[in-house]
Amino acid sequence: MIAAMMASSYNAKEEDGHHSGSSSHGGAGAVKSKKPDNTAFKQQRLPAWQPILTAGTVLPAFFVIGLIFIPIGIGLYVTSNNIKEFEVDYTGVDINSPCYSCAKNFSWNSTQSCVCSVNFTLEQPFESNVFMYYGLSNFYQNHRRYVKSRDDSQLNGDLSALMNPSKECEPYRTNDGLPIAPCGAIANSLFNDTLDLYYVDSNSTKTPIPLAKKGIAWWTDKHVKFRNPSGNTNLTVTFQGTTKPVNWRKPVYELDPSEADNNGFINEDFIVWMRTAALPTFRKLYRIIQKKSGTTPTLPSGRYILDITYNYPVLSFDGRKRMILSTISWMGGKNPFLGIAYITVGSICFFLGVVLLIIHHKYDTRNNSADIPN
Amino acid sequence: MARDGEDAGMVKAAKVKRQRKKKTKENKTRTVHANILYDNAKGEENPNRHYANNKIKTTKYTLLSFLPKNLFEQFHRFANVYFVFIALLNFVPVVNAFQPELALAPVVFILSVTAIKDLWEDYRRHRSDKEINHMDCLVYSRVERRYVEKYWKEVRVGDFIRLRCNEILPADVLLLTSSDPDRLCHIETATLDGETNLKQRQVVRSFFDLDCDFDPTKYNSIIECEKPNNDLNRFRGYIIHRSGRRDALYKENLLLRGCTIRNTEEAVGIVIYAGHETKAMLNNNGPRYKRSKLERQMNVDVFWCVIILLVMCLFAAVGHGLWMFQYGDKRPVFDVLSPEGTDLSPIMSAIYLFLTMIIVFQVLIPISLFVSIEIVKICQVFFIHQDMDLYDEETDSHLQCRALNITEDLGQMQYIFSDKTGTLTENKMVFRRCTVAGVEYSHDANARRLAMYQEMDSEEEECTSHGGTLPRRDSVTSHQSARVVLRSQSTKSHRRTGSRAEAKRASILSKHTEKDITPDPQLLDKVNECSSQMDFMRFHSQPMSQLPSDLSDIIDFFIALTICNTVVVSSPNQPRQKVKLSEGYAPPALLITNRSSNRGCSSILSSPSAESTLTKLDEEKPPNLEHTFSPVPPCYSEKAWAVAEGELRYEAESPDEAALVYAARAYKCSLVGRLPDQVTVELPHLGKLSFELLHTLGFDSTRKRMSVVVRHPLTDQITVYTKGADSVIMDLIKPPNTGNSKGKRQKKIVYRTQNYLNLYAADGLRTLCIAKKVLTKEEYACWLQRHLEAETAIQGREELLFESALRLETNLHLLGATGIEDRLQDGVPETIASLRKAGLQIWVLTGDKQETAVNIAYACKLLEPEEEILTLNEACALLLEESLHYIQIYPSSSPSSSSVPFMVHRLGLVIDGRTLAYALDKSLEDKFLAVARSCRSVLCCRSTPLQKSMVVKLVRNKLKVMTLAIGDGANDVSMIQVADVGVGISGQEGMQAVMASDFALPRFRYLQKLLLVHGHWCYSRLANMILYFFYKNAVTLIFWYQFYCGFSGSAMIDQWYLIFFNLMFSAFPQLITGTLDKDVSAETLQQLPQLYISGQNSEEYKPYMFWMNMIDAFYQSLVCFFIPYFAYADSDVDLFTWGTPITTLALFTILLHLGIETKTWTWMNWLSISFSIALFFTVALCYNASCPTCYSPSNPYWTMQRLLQDPLFYFLCVITPVTALLPRYFYRACQGTLFPSPVQVGRQLDKLPAETRRNILSLSRVKVGSPLSTKPPFLSLAKPLPKDTITVMGHRQPLECNLVLLVFYVKVFWILGLV
Repeated sequence: MIAAMMASSYNAKEEDGHHSGSSSHGGAGAVKSKKPDNTAFKQQRLPAWQPILTAGTVLPAFFVIGLIFIPIGIGLYVTSNNIKEFEVDYTGVDINSPCYSCAKNFSWNSTQSCVCSVNFTLEQPFESNVFMYYGLSNFYQNHRRYVKSRDDSQLNGDLSALMNPSKECEPYRTNDGLPIAPCGAIANSLFNDTLDLYYVDSNSTKTPIPLAKKGIAWWTDKHVKFRNPSGNTNLTVTFQGTTKPVNWRKPVYELDPSEADNNGFINEDFIVWMRTAALPTFRKLYRIIQKKSGTTPTLPSGRYILDITYNYPVLSFDGRKRMILSTISWMGGKNPFLGIAYITVGSICFFLGVVLLIIHHKYDTRNNSADIPN
Repeated sequence: MARDGEDAGMVKAAKVKRQRKKKTKENKTRTVHANILYDNAKGEENPNRHYANNKIKTTKYTLLSFLPKNLFEQFHRFANVYFVFIALLNFVPVVNAFQPELALAPVVFILSVTAIKDLWEDYRRHRSDKEINHMDCLVYSRVERRYVEKYWKEVRVGDFIRLRCNEILPADVLLLTSSDPDRLCHIETATLDGETNLKQRQVVRSFFDLDCDFDPTKYNSIIECEKPNNDLNRFRGYIIHRSGRRDALYKENLLLRGCTIRNTEEAVGIVIYAGHETKAMLNNNGPRYKRSKLERQMNVDVFWCVIILLVMCLFAAVGHGLWMFQYGDKRPVFDVLSPEGTDLSPIMSAIYLFLTMIIVFQVLIPISLFVSIEIVKICQVFFIHQDMDLYDEETDSHLQCRALNITEDLGQMQYIFSDKTGTLTENKMVFRRCTVAGVEYSHDANARRLAMYQEMDSEEEECTSHGGTLPRRDSVTSHQSARVVLRSQSTKSHRRTGSRAEAKRASILSKHTEKDITPDPQLLDKVNECSSQMDFMRFHSQPMSQLPSDLSDIIDFFIALTICNTVVVSSPNQPRQKVKLSEGYAPPALLITNRSSNRGCSSILSSPSAESTLTKLDEEKPPNLEHTFSPVPPCYSEKAWAVAEGELRYEAESPDEAALVYAARAYKCSLVGRLPDQVTVELPHLGKLSFELLHTLGFDSTRKRMSVVVRHPLTDQITVYTKGADSVIMDLIKPPNTGNSKGKRQKKIVYRTQNYLNLYAADGLRTLCIAKKVLTKEEYACWLQRHLEAETAIQGREELLFESALRLETNLHLLGATGIEDRLQDGVPETIASLRKAGLQIWVLTGDKQETAVNIAYACKLLEPEEEILTLNEACALLLEESLHYIQIYPSSSPSSSSVPFMVHRLGLVIDGRTLAYALDKSLEDKFLAVARSCRSVLCCRSTPLQKSMVVKLVRNKLKVMTLAIGDGANDVSMIQVADVGVGISGQEGMQAVMASDFALPRFRYLQKLLLVHGHWCYSRLANMILYFFYKNAVTLIFWYQFYCGFSGSAMIDQWYLIFFNLMFSAFPQLITGTLDKDVSAETLQQLPQLYISGQNSEEYKPYMFWMNMIDAFYQSLVCFFIPYFAYADSDVDLFTWGTPITTLALFTILLHLGIETKTWTWMNWLSISFSIALFFTVALCYNASCPTCYSPSNPYWTMQRLLQDPLFYFLCVITPVTALLPRYFYRACQGTLFPSPVQVGRQLDKLPAETRRNILSLSRVKVGSPLSTKPPFLSLAKPLPKDTITVMGHRQPLECNLVLLVFYVKVFWILGLV
């Protein structure tokens, strides 16, 4: 008998040598009974919830979704509507527009900057903090090769990367044998228009509105991701041996002449620009207009003048440039879409719920007796 | 995996081929010398040095070759090549989309998972190889002049090996000597063919007479034999002695590797084939791989995915070209030049972009689909394997899945081809009736006794446990009581669920019925009378021919039953001892002289078995009457058996032989011993008679008979006893000479016997005819000469022997016929009924004669009494064609019948082998099929194995249906291999069928659960998983983004998420669902076999469903893309802060989608979904916090962390999945109410409390009759139905009607419940 078992286990080994996994139980089980375990798992009898999708069972879900979504949608819509937003297109396509000549006569290597100013009127006062954006259209900051064209190590202050930027930056890696800092196409195409806002009061005096340039970038970008090369406090020395990007007018360490610690790679305008936009029409935060005190609105209604130092060409690719003033809510900028979407989907759900109710009443008698105890 | 198998086969084949090539240079045969002659001259001079040694290596790899070889093998799968190509494409700077290293990750992951699996398997093989290679055996050493222990791997061709009892043979060994007195060696070949009965092997003839022990040093013969081949039943060659004498070698001389020596103390042999050249190893082909129907369908859709991919890439490429073109020469700042600074023309960049897009959209082709399917299938096999309902207590065996990758095919079967004997029936033969010399002995008492057993088995037998009228063993009663307890707990309907006790009892029952035969008193009297007369005559030396012919027929009949077979008498696990009788008349006590060991033999004569005491005869033969009488006395010997229980065990190759021997024993004609040259029979009054066995002409399926040629000890005549199928024997009967009275009587006997045979067949009994023939010395000598020529021929020996047999078996004298019952297996009619309700066409292909087959078919409800049976017995092609024509017109003449279900004319087709041969002819097969299709059941009788496989092939290829062949014997092997799914029954007739099968079942009735439950589940799980996979991968959000990034191939989703999304984040829930989801419970599936039809029609995965899923994926990707798009339109969001929510909500959508498709939620589903979400967020948070400068270009530092603080993110994550899944959810709800699929109705039934369900199910079987059935369609359907509504309609339009009815009943019930 034992020999027989030996033989059979031998057999299992030799003949079933190719078998994998589950079939290998035979050899070990030869001594005991091979009877499978009577466990819920192995017998596929695990306790389970088995929903059946019929009109009757599903329609409460539709009503519940409808009832939840519609109020949310209304809330979102109202919130979005309360946000004040104002937009000025200063591209200068139209011959009447003040920046027409600037746009027309643009040349990358002109040293003289062209300034134009746009007048506009705010009908309603902006109460809380106002965010000033510049908006670009038709600008494909998400182009595959464009997005890649940067060297994060360099931007993080890595000295070796500073002098020897990554290959990804090609063809904006070196210029005249010198490494470009910051390298790459993104940096090269940095938005360099300057926007200044003035309030024109009733007696036509221009009051400059203070624009905060700090706090417009992500905190983590400013403090972790972007860093100036360390070693020397003087940025000019640090960046010695590098050259500015081709399209730039001034080197990276002179981006903000007014504030010393807003220069180099940690210049916030630069950081904001380096965060490539998702869609070809986008806006980027430019300045923040802080609310001053309790009662006076941040931007009272009235006439304003926007002075633009027109440096950035967009006409070649049918682009548009805008200046946007917007207040902000807990859910971000003005966008009624989500509210409308919630209301729509909620209504559709509700409607489908009604349809299901009809179907249920007509065809599905089963659920009628759901309350019968069984 | 398929590739692995093929490769293994190919490698093996190539190896063999290489070896063959090498050998053909040398010789066509193999010459084996004894190694010991060459022991001194190591190596070069040894003529055996070219032959493989006994070390086996089944591993595919070595440490060094693993990597290249495995990779090479994996690249045979096209998908792998494709993915590697894509990954490598990333290394080309112009087109790269992702970080090249990262893009390699998925394909490396997939390849390494497969590689690890292969490595593990190979390691297991290596370990088992090692273990086998290091087994010990005794090899003769010339140096030490004795047998020394060596490892198996050290054995070489030409070595002498000593084998002891119960040892396993290390190689193919030619048997040279055996301790057995008759120079026999018994082996068990279970490892080769699964047959557990012992086989006798003989010592090579020239060593037969060796008196003293075999001395290897004196051996100096040379063996010439054939090349190694894989035919287990063939070995030819000869041995050349120094003297120049040649002796032929047969397969009876060869002991095969892997077999076990039994009942033989010691044997010595010379190794002929070793290691990989042994027949066992050459037969070891590893597991089989088939491609399932579902996978074939899937591959088509993968192909479609490729097309979609190319279209999308082309679209994007054209788009990019146009986008570039619109800028003309003015190059915008964001259109970066190539790294070389060169300007690309729009066309060139479009071409580059096309390649880039292939990389970006690679997820569209599901890379993990193949691996996932393999994982899921292995899990499914595990669960099938673990099913308690598929476990047979009696034989302690489960279902075996031998093919791992066609589980889902089980759910799509349309035709079942079944063998009859051993598959539908038990193949446990019970002797029922016989007719001798034209007189029928009905064995009424036996029938009554059997009926009594049957009754015990039946429902009424509730508490006969102790007071049963039949003697039983104690164990029976204990089991009985256990069963009663069990019974009291369960309802009656569960009677056949087979508790352990019940199974045990059934086995005891079958044991009883097989061995115990209550003799027919009339016949018994005659036997006694006859034998006493013979005894008398012998004493008075009268010639036996004076015996009245009817009496001599009777005694001949029983002698034929006893000796005309190959039954081996044995007692379990005891080596045989030869007992030499010094004198014939010595008292028994002195007879026991033990030659070689001290093991005593208790008695020479076995008393009648313990069980046969209940069939007590009125007179018992006194032991001292025993005579040893032999007309051939020179070396008279008698077998003695060390019998443990005082019971002889008959080991027969086929169960009917054993049944006949047991039957003869009931009449006191017992077989007591069988040697190659002599058979010993014990007869009443006459005692033991030894028949000199001159020849045995074995059974074969062409002749359908077997014969033995013996020298009759009493008459000294050469007598031929033939036993065979009635159709062939009746043709061979000597035409009676009608002139004299004897001839007339003979004619009458033949006529009557034929009548009785027809009667037996009508009763469903297997019939055998017994005939004899007396040869004169001259006739015999004449035949013998030619027969010997045939035997010694090397070329064409089989054919010559066959012809020789034909020459002998003519002009027979009919003795009688027997009727043997082959009991139906448990639950066969029920299984057939429910399989048929499941829409399966069942064909029975049997070698049995028509009447028997038809009756079995009735018994197992394959044919119904009200059916019209078409019987095709026309052997003439013209007539056949005519009848086929007629039948063909017949169903088409009433086309309306098919549209009105209850008017269907039900036909059964019975066709016999000869007609089948015509019907399978190329010109007629279409007509045959047309007829067969219109019949409800088809029965092919008298079909050969080849015909069986031809029928299966014909149906499979012509009708394009899924076929399943089920059988248990060697004659079913070809059919099993041809069918889409082959099922073997591990029953009585060895394991050949099992070896060839994809699934092996212990019993036929398990087929029901295997197909209806596991088949259905496996199919629906896999179908849904594959569909889901396609859907999941088709949610290509990036495509829509191309419209907003200038078709530049940019992706807003971080490449890490993109690459690991399918591989990790969304991988687990679908695996869990694919493994565990149950659409309908097992009980309902079995109670409502109609649900199986959904699998047959591939309703879970139709081609349109792929497109529906694609459209759904299209819609969902639109939603998932554009809701975030509009929500973030014209905002200051950056690329990846926008892409991450999209990834997140796509994940939610995909998981919720799976949730809608999941029918059964266990804790594992919940866990896997939560795990997926948790994994995603954990990975995202860690990844986003880990490195501020890495992972260029996406550089996602702190993105997720910021998003989690943004309320907008949460609002998006709520609305998008809801919107995306709204249509599907709504559609599913409507579908569930308005037009539920059969499966959904089944699920609704599942939900009802058990009792209600039973009510509805029983309700649906009877007439409606309810006043509530106001809807006309139901009424009109229901009204004219006979009682068996479902079954009737189950044939043609089962689905619609049944479902309508069922839905209706469910509703009616609820209305009633309300009232």
